Amino acid sequence: MISWDLVANAVVAGILLGGFYAAVSLGVSLTFGLLDVVNIAHPAFVILGAYAAYMMNSTLGLDPILTGVLFTPLFYAIGAGVYRIYYASFERRGEESLRGLVFFFGVLFIIEVALSLTYGVDYRLVEAVYIGKSIELGGIGIAFRLLVPCVVGLLMTLALYLFLSRTFYGRAVMGVSQDQVALRLMGADPVRIKTIAFGIGIAAASLSGALLITIAPVVPSTDRDYIGRVFAIAVLGGLGSIGGTLVASIILGVAESLMATLFGPSWSLAVSFGILLLALAVRPAGLFGR
Amino acid sequence: MKTRGALAVGVAVIGLGLALAGLGVNPYVYFAGYVVLQYVVIATAWNVLGGYAGYVNFGTPAFFALGAYTSIFLIEALRAPLPVLILSGGLVAALLGLGIGYLTLRLKGVFFSIATFALSVVLQTLIINWEYVGGAKGYTLIRPPVPFFRSWGVLLFTLMVALAVVTVLVARTIERSWIGRGLAALRDDEDAAECMGVPTLRLKLFATTLSGFFLGVAGAPFPYYVTYVEPSSAFDLNYAVNALAMPMIGGTTTWLGPVIGAVLLGTAQQVATVTISSELNLLIVGVVLVLFVVLAPEGLTGLVRKLRRR
Repeated sequence: MISWDLVANAVVAGILLGGFYAAVSLGVSLTFGLLDVVNIAHPAFVILGAYAAYMMNSTLGLDPILTGVLFTPLFYAIGAGVYRIYYASFERRGEESLRGLVFFFGVLFIIEVALSLTYGVDYRLVEAVYIGKSIELGGIGIAFRLLVPCVVGLLMTLALYLFLSRTFYGRAVMGVSQDQVALRLMGADPVRIKTIAFGIGIAAASLSGALLITIAPVVPSTDRDYIGRVFAIAVLGGLGSIGGTLVASIILGVAESLMATLFGPSWSLAVSFGILLLALAVRPAGLFGR
Repeated sequence: MKTRGALAVGVAVIGLGLALAGLGVNPYVYFAGYVVLQYVVIATAWNVLGGYAGYVNFGTPAFFALGAYTSIFLIEALRAPLPVLILSGGLVAALLGLGIGYLTLRLKGVFFSIATFALSVVLQTLIINWEYVGGAKGYTLIRPPVPFFRSWGVLLFTLMVALAVVTVLVARTIERSWIGRGLAALRDDEDAAECMGVPTLRLKLFATTLSGFFLGVAGAPFPYYVTYVEPSSAFDLNYAVNALAMPMIGGTTTWLGPVIGAVLLGTAQQVATVTISSELNLLIVGVVLVLFVVLAPEGLTGLVRKLRRR
């Protein structure tokens, strides 16, 4: 007998989780969806951001999410640098797709191994006043450690949406994958625009890493779980669509949460990859595809 | 090198392996040699699809583990002997390969690669939840008394020598036949190849099936080698990275590339594991992979070719 209370709780937790998934996936929607750069190392940067939050929290007692925000300029710079290497090595030579993919796979592996060399393979977690507290609304418990990341994730989604639709640089990013010549005529350098966008993508990844470690403890190999999630969300949401990313994130969050409640947590990971395989096989353009 | 010459070299290598098995040197040599040879099989098998056909497979662990878990299932159910395990492990993985071959109809380039990665995780989840083959706890194999050889280490080493030779010979034969030329054509431009009458789908299905078969073959003796198999060791991401890095280092367009890459990188890792640490040797693999893909995309064989031309 399924208890409806349990299901309702799972759905609410899933929606909250979805807001966080949106934060993790925004960068991929931006780089994969709009720049056609398949940054498979994105989840590794998420974990790197999580460890930055852990480091500042354990040594200085700084709030993890505040750390995440403070670290965004650094990760923006790292992202811009990685894109420059990628551009010089692959894109300019016109052999970006497969060798570029291998390059990012190597970067993912290096970050993961470097983190386990530095911090070991123990689970790391952070402390903050809101972690562990919760409120109850009509029999449904809402944990703050899920609510806060969800709210931050929604704010990030809104900010990226406004950036892309309202600013010159944002519109240039939207245009760079469609027509580079037209973009040049508008007085914008495509490489520079892509560098900016990639930097923003990595900065978003690091901030979402701070959210991740707020929700649950992290090990260096956590990034592998998120490869499927972020690409499932990016593909399902329709590559490059910010609204679609949010919708797909919530769908995935609810599906995983229900799966974990009804069948056990060991199955929940298969949901994202199953959705990814299904989306790729049936509708590669996603729900809100271009 | 003519085909007969290649066969002779292959037989000679197996003979050398047997001789080394008879010598009875430090057991660690067989232990480490097995891993290096296993990587020769993996890298060569990966390269049939990744190098010849240009479809990058991130799902190597899925095929390898499928071979290993087919063995476990057959040991548990039938007490099947080793040759049966290897053949069945290969065949089951070949079926999976055929499946991802049909996937290439819809998924090209990066989408294919991401799908193969997803496949690996889904399969791992299924195995974790399948108690019969050990589930998340893992499976402990009690090896029967070793037949013919002094120890299981020596037997498995000799077996892997033979498997590596067979895999390389098959890859070499394919590369030099019309199939290899057809795969090269579809690697360069799939649509153009299709227009010229190259049967691209049949060739891709052949490549994915064969690649899957040998990846499964590489995994089938794994339970005998480690005697304790858990999902995280059979589905280890290292297999995906090594399968990619070794052909990239050696060069992906010829059969020699993956062999050179596997021997160099595999040996370096074994040495680094003993002398430094196993984590650090993984870091080396990652750094070498990135360096090669950025600085020498044609691999070592490509570099040699370039130097000769000068």
